[in-house]
Amino acid sequence: MQTQAQTQTDMQPVIEVEELVTYYGRQKILDRVSLNVEDGEIMVIMGGSGSGKSTLLRYMLGLHHPDSGCIRLFGKDTSTLGGREWTELRKKIGVSFQGGALFNSMTVGENVCMPLREHTRLDENTIRIMSRMKLEVVNMAGYEHLMPAQLSGGMIKRAALARALVMDPKLLFFDEPSAGLDPVVAADLDKLILRIRDAMQVAIVVVTHELESAFKIADRITVLDRGNILMTGSVDEIRNSDNQRIRNLLTRTSEDVPVDAEQYLQRLTEGAD
Amino acid sequence: MAFPIEDRQGFAVIALSGEVDLNKSPDARKVILACLKKQKHVMVDLSAVEYIDSSGVASLVEGFQYARSNNLEFGLIGVSDAAMNVLRLARLDKVFLIYDSLDDRLANGS
Repeated sequence: MQTQAQTQTDMQPVIEVEELVTYYGRQKILDRVSLNVEDGEIMVIMGGSGSGKSTLLRYMLGLHHPDSGCIRLFGKDTSTLGGREWTELRKKIGVSFQGGALFNSMTVGENVCMPLREHTRLDENTIRIMSRMKLEVVNMAGYEHLMPAQLSGGMIKRAALARALVMDPKLLFFDEPSAGLDPVVAADLDKLILRIRDAMQVAIVVVTHELESAFKIADRITVLDRGNILMTGSVDEIRNSDNQRIRNLLTRTSEDVPVDAEQYLQRLTEGAD
Repeated sequence: MAFPIEDRQGFAVIALSGEVDLNKSPDARKVILACLKKQKHVMVDLSAVEYIDSSGVASLVEGFQYARSNNLEFGLIGVSDAAMNVLRLARLDKVFLIYDSLDDRLANGS
């Protein structure tokens, strides 16, 4: 089946990451990472723990400035944006954080309404209908008066998704959507992600280490390993890759890390650089 | 932005078009509610809508609710695929009265 992304190849990518290099202290986390995300595409960024996928997400969200390289969102170089331009850009972006990041002192309904109250001058009645509509979309109708502490893990994720959707974003980020969910709830969330993409004409970036979910929803997958992109390709291309590290990730095989005796001893006696 | 209104067969037919988003939906809401407050039955023509966001759909919901409370008819005609996808996502395709055209509504009744 042809994806929306394939029919819109003449359009500018929603995200362009070029030769991104980042460090934490002196440790290099991402090394010359480049990728594009097209309009209407679901791009899954996959990798094991410590692969750099969460770091890449934080840089794409503009939470940190690249040490070198460039990130463009909707054609705009994020490192050159002023405060007001960032605010305008962020109105087009929704983020569903791993832990939900709901405000515990607000009801579910207030959490979902908040971006609209903050960024628009819409009539209060319109705002309430919009937020309830998004709660309907995520199957959370009737829960608007509950506090986040009264919700299950799956409900928190869905409420967070309703809030991420409430401004009708053009770009949606999911950080580990399936983490901590039972398989049925996780499968429902995968279906929901696909429905949202189709109905809302939105580009979606999903950061995950869940293979099953990645294969179900992705148009393309980028596999990160130790800060490097091993491969970006379709689900079939990733499945059929003969790259050993990708094979290890797919078959959940741990890798024997070669030991450099001298460096190991130095780390133990003198600490890491 | 003004949305054209045509009086046809006892209905005010309001034609929304293009992208009905946060910028345009307050106007759409105003036009819809103004017609209903004049006690007119309303059909909203969505055939030329390329994109409608939830603020636009919320305007339709408000119109529908107002019409029901005031014994007026409110329906959608010629719903474009883009608009139908958004209505389906929120299952509102099961809520609104949806017709192919005004003629379809007149032929089949409410």
